[in-house]
Amino acid sequence: MLSIRNLHASVEGNPILKGIDLEVRAGEVHAIMGPNGSGKSTLANVLAGRDGYDVTEGQVLYRDKNLLEFSVEERACEGIFLAFQYPVEIPGVSNLYLLKTALNSVRKHQGMEELSAVEFLKLIKQKIKLVEMKEEFLHRSVNEGFSGGEKKRNEILQLAVLEPSLAILDETDSGLDIDALKVVAHGVNSLRNEQRAIIVVTHYQRLLDYIIPDKVHVLANGRVVKSGDRTLALELEKHGYAWVAQNPDAAAAPAVGS
Amino acid sequence: MGSPANDIDRLVKREYKEGFVTEIDSDTLPPGLDEGVVRAISEKKREPEFMLQWRLDAFRHWLTLTEPQWAHVHHEPIDYQAISYYSAPKNEDGPKSLDEVDPKLLETYEKLGIPLEEQKMLAGVAVDAVFDSVSVKTTFSEKLAEVGVIFCSISEALQEHPGLVKRYLGSVVPAGDNFYAALNSAVFSDGSFVYIPKGVRCPMELSTYFRINAMNTGQFERTLIIADEGSYVSYLEGCTAPMRDENQLHAAVVELIAMEGAQIKYSTVQNWYPGDEHGRGGIYNFVTKRGACRGRNAKISWTQVETGSAITWKYPSVLLEGDDSVGEFYSVALTNNRQQADTGTKMVHIGKNTTSTIISKGISAGRGQNAYRGLVKVLNKADNARNYSQCDSLLLGDRCGAHTFPYMEVKNPTAQVEHEATTSKISDDQLFYCRQRGLSEEDAVSMIVNGFCKQVFKELPMEFAVEAQKLLDVSLEGAVG
Ligand SMILES: Nc1ncnc2c1ncn2[C@@H]1O[C@H](COP(=O)(O)OP(=O)(O)OP(=O)(O)O)[C@@H](O)[C@H]1O
Ligand SMILES: [Mg+2]
Repeated sequence: MLSIRNLHASVEGNPILKGIDLEVRAGEVHAIMGPNGSGKSTLANVLAGRDGYDVTEGQVLYRDKNLLEFSVEERACEGIFLAFQYPVEIPGVSNLYLLKTALNSVRKHQGMEELSAVEFLKLIKQKIKLVEMKEEFLHRSVNEGFSGGEKKRNEILQLAVLEPSLAILDETDSGLDIDALKVVAHGVNSLRNEQRAIIVVTHYQRLLDYIIPDKVHVLANGRVVKSGDRTLALELEKHGYAWVAQNPDAAAAPAVGS
Repeated sequence: MGSPANDIDRLVKREYKEGFVTEIDSDTLPPGLDEGVVRAISEKKREPEFMLQWRLDAFRHWLTLTEPQWAHVHHEPIDYQAISYYSAPKNEDGPKSLDEVDPKLLETYEKLGIPLEEQKMLAGVAVDAVFDSVSVKTTFSEKLAEVGVIFCSISEALQEHPGLVKRYLGSVVPAGDNFYAALNSAVFSDGSFVYIPKGVRCPMELSTYFRINAMNTGQFERTLIIADEGSYVSYLEGCTAPMRDENQLHAAVVELIAMEGAQIKYSTVQNWYPGDEHGRGGIYNFVTKRGACRGRNAKISWTQVETGSAITWKYPSVLLEGDDSVGEFYSVALTNNRQQADTGTKMVHIGKNTTSTIISKGISAGRGQNAYRGLVKVLNKADNARNYSQCDSLLLGDRCGAHTFPYMEVKNPTAQVEHEATTSKISDDQLFYCRQRGLSEEDAVSMIVNGFCKQVFKELPMEFAVEAQKLLDVSLEGAVG
């Protein structure tokens, strides 16, 4: 599904990603961990196609196509979804309206018929139960005045509505209380299937108790320094990142996870 | 992918869909302005003598005035002798049955989305269609007459209800009020007249559609709305003009009178031709709009969505004379390319316990310049007056400007006057967020801008809120490459 090879990227001329290799197949869940500033969000932004992130080397294939050629919205319509670490507020735009417009843009792109208001309402009522959000949130402005945890739930609601092929969750667990964490995990797990791949960026092993990953990668200083199965997350929790630095994978370990 | 500034540039390229010209024979006065022209207009309309005198007084006063210079707008001097002050489609010297209206005119309004055949119209909306200097058709007049509502062109009102016109015309905006109002008073050719009798809730939305067609012609319309005690009316004004290289002058006067317990809701969707991207052509829109809450508990709301005109100079105001009366002003003003808007409101608190609310949303794109100018005046007898003003500016790109000039004159210590102002840009974060969810850049900008205007749009009558949103979309339309 996703194949990242020797990816280098800079922001305002500063190299941040310094040779990332990652292979994610349909049906898999990958966790990416790593210290603050190691480049996790940068990777997510590069995959989503954000302006200002310049790929200086390497390539990214998504469903065998050169992902880097596509615009932000084309990537989104082709099934890439990014749950933001810091979701923005959009005053005056109702959550419901954004969701409906987004879903219909994606459906249109994929040659499906757009949903009518009635059909959409039916769908959303179902999805909102999945993330245990109150209906009033649909009528409030996008993320405006939402608590940190509510914003994260809202990201999962969007994920559930848009049903992407590749979902990238950037620290969706940060700032969640334990109940919300379970809700978010349940939402994500219910989307797990053979056609879909999920990348979760997290600092906490705790999330991985609920969303059990197939692979875990440690990012440090713009590179994947160690990969393993879910036990790697447990080791990390025990020993910290210093331990990874002392026990990296073979220096140029490519083709992780294949 | 370009820099955000370039993207915005591409996004705000607009297309003016109403820019066509109707080929029609017109009866047009030659350019120029003197007493003879004023007399000729009055004569063409077979006006009562008092009206001619009123016009002549206004004209003589106008000669003593100079154009106001204080607005934050710049333009070449206007040659008032180069303008024609009267142009009417031939044989259209008054409203008549639909069969007699020139099919070309019907076609024009049809093209603008304003069909004049009653069965085709939006249910519940009566329209007065004004083409250049005259009203060509007022729909549903008979139906409205059944409940005593008078809705007709002001020319017709002068024939049929001269007493009412004489009593109220100029009672809110005196003939000599300002340069443009004086000019309008001298040469106005048509406009709408509304009278809602005591206790009547007007059963449909009333609307006037203004169209400037003829070249070198000014449009000077006059609107007079009187809501008698305990009545209610919602009124909407829309307008467009063909694309022309020269600037055309539009100087209207609107007067609203709300008696005790009456409510007038006046909404404008202004889409005059704004000129091209280099600032060539476009309408100069110098308008005086004022309402008076004459009795207790009267309420006047102005809602305006201003996307057109090369220059807009407009300050819909409310005189809060009656105790407990309420004034509201909700405004969205969009300037793009070289457009300039200097708009805002005046709320004059005269009676006790009077309340006013001002919500102004300015959007600037391209090299557009947008100024909010508001005056809140509390006179010394106005105990417990309250005002809340909120002025938000949204900038798209970095060559445009937003300016806020709030003035307050408070002569009563019990007054509570609050003012809030913000300026923001559409953030890259917001755009990225929407696009990541699958929206095109254009749709994302439009969604964010519409969100910014939501507080104002929700004040518009339902059908027109949709129109207003579409209008903003068109105004911001452009190819995204
Ligand atoms: N405009 C910029 N100029 C210079 N450095 C930048 C810029 N933007 C981001 N960076 C740097 O890139 C590095 C990677 O940032 P990124 O947000 O990807 O880290 P992260 O792994 O997501 O961290 P966290 O765990 O704190 O979310 C950081 O050191 C950050 O300061
Ligand atoms: Mg991060």
